[in-house]
Amino acid sequence: MNGNNHVLHTDGTHLVGTMPQLLLALPFVLALFVYLIAAVVSSRRHKAWPLYRTVCWIFGILFAIIAVAGPVAERAHADFAAHMLGHLFLGMLAPLLMALAAPMTLLLRTLSVPRARGVSKLLRSRPSQLLTNPAVASFLNIGGLWLLYTTDLYALMNKSVLVHLLVHFHVFLAGYLFTVSMIYIDPNPHRTPFLYRAIVFVIALAGHGILSKYIYANPPDGVPAEQGRLGGMLMYYGGDVIDIVIIFILCLQWFRATRPRTRPVISQ
Amino acid sequence: MVRDGRENTGQSIHSSRNLWSGFLFGLGIAAFVDETVFHQLLRWHHFYDKSTTEVGLISDGLFHAFSWFATIGGLFMFADLRRRNALRITRWWGGVLVGTGGFQLYDGTIQHKLMRIHQIRYVENVIIYDLIWNILAVLLIIIGLSLIFKTRNRQQPDKDDSHERQ
Repeated sequence: MNGNNHVLHTDGTHLVGTMPQLLLALPFVLALFVYLIAAVVSSRRHKAWPLYRTVCWIFGILFAIIAVAGPVAERAHADFAAHMLGHLFLGMLAPLLMALAAPMTLLLRTLSVPRARGVSKLLRSRPSQLLTNPAVASFLNIGGLWLLYTTDLYALMNKSVLVHLLVHFHVFLAGYLFTVSMIYIDPNPHRTPFLYRAIVFVIALAGHGILSKYIYANPPDGVPAEQGRLGGMLMYYGGDVIDIVIIFILCLQWFRATRPRTRPVISQ
Repeated sequence: MVRDGRENTGQSIHSSRNLWSGFLFGLGIAAFVDETVFHQLLRWHHFYDKSTTEVGLISDGLFHAFSWFATIGGLFMFADLRRRNALRITRWWGGVLVGTGGFQLYDGTIQHKLMRIHQIRYVENVIIYDLIWNILAVLLIIIGLSLIFKTRNRQQPDKDDSHERQ
């Protein structure tokens, strides 16, 4: 609405314009349509694509869009707690819901065989192995957050549209990589042992909690103390709630994988 | 002979898994009670106390994350023991009490006092709260250890049970 008018807020920060909001929301809208078309097409050719996966995808997209466009996104520039709510949606809740929607499985069964082979070759590649390693994904995810909230990057993000776009795409992508590196819903050619994922997860969760308390005491430049405290607590408890779901799924997958099998009789 | 060897290893793994499952769950549940009762309901503890040291912040973060995972992981291990008919409930409770008391003692001595994360309650005679807190913790550990000690020699009957089941 007022993207080009540079309407100033009382504290001097620019309102986020319509253009960055559209740019950030567009990929998610596209992803929604591609997924829905793929679900319909592939349900005709194979057995029906599970409805709950489609529902997960729709809600995942919805939370991501709430975070980048509309009232929450607009308020985020003046209100740190609103910013934090948006980041919880964009970096944790949306990635979790979208991972549960198994988009790669849907893609592989919708594409023609040669194209699906191309995709699976990409999944098996070295860069993909590196990015889906739990330690690398955690570093990109939590490291990125430390960079954002303990340096001038946060203030820069509120000034530059380009930095704003980059930070938001990074938060989502790193959150998604982190989620799929921990729980295996989609095919993952580079699986890592349960204990390794558990240890990395605990360190990542600790990094998230420590940063929340750090923000509580030392909010980024330009954020009033009261908003910093609220934002820090929102990050701490909100992160706990979403992470408990990931821990539950991770443990459930361990529980299923280690089920006792009928032991062969050993002849002597 | 081969079979006996396997049985013994299996039994000792299950025996220690009973302990671990209880310990992790106990540790997690202590952290959970700390968070819900003392932070949220009574509001005695503070979310962040300005006198917290840096190492205190890190220790608190790691402990919180670990206990969050341990509660759920401990319960899944419990379910795993049950489906294997390997659950030894007294030994498991021993683990729970040691885990709960261990967390409470660590929290009450090192985290509250040494690292000054926060105090139990912001009143004048906090020493009384500290004493009750830590004595309770030691009691839990002693009861837990005695349960573990009592159940340490259960391997023999267990092994026989498992032979009967075969």
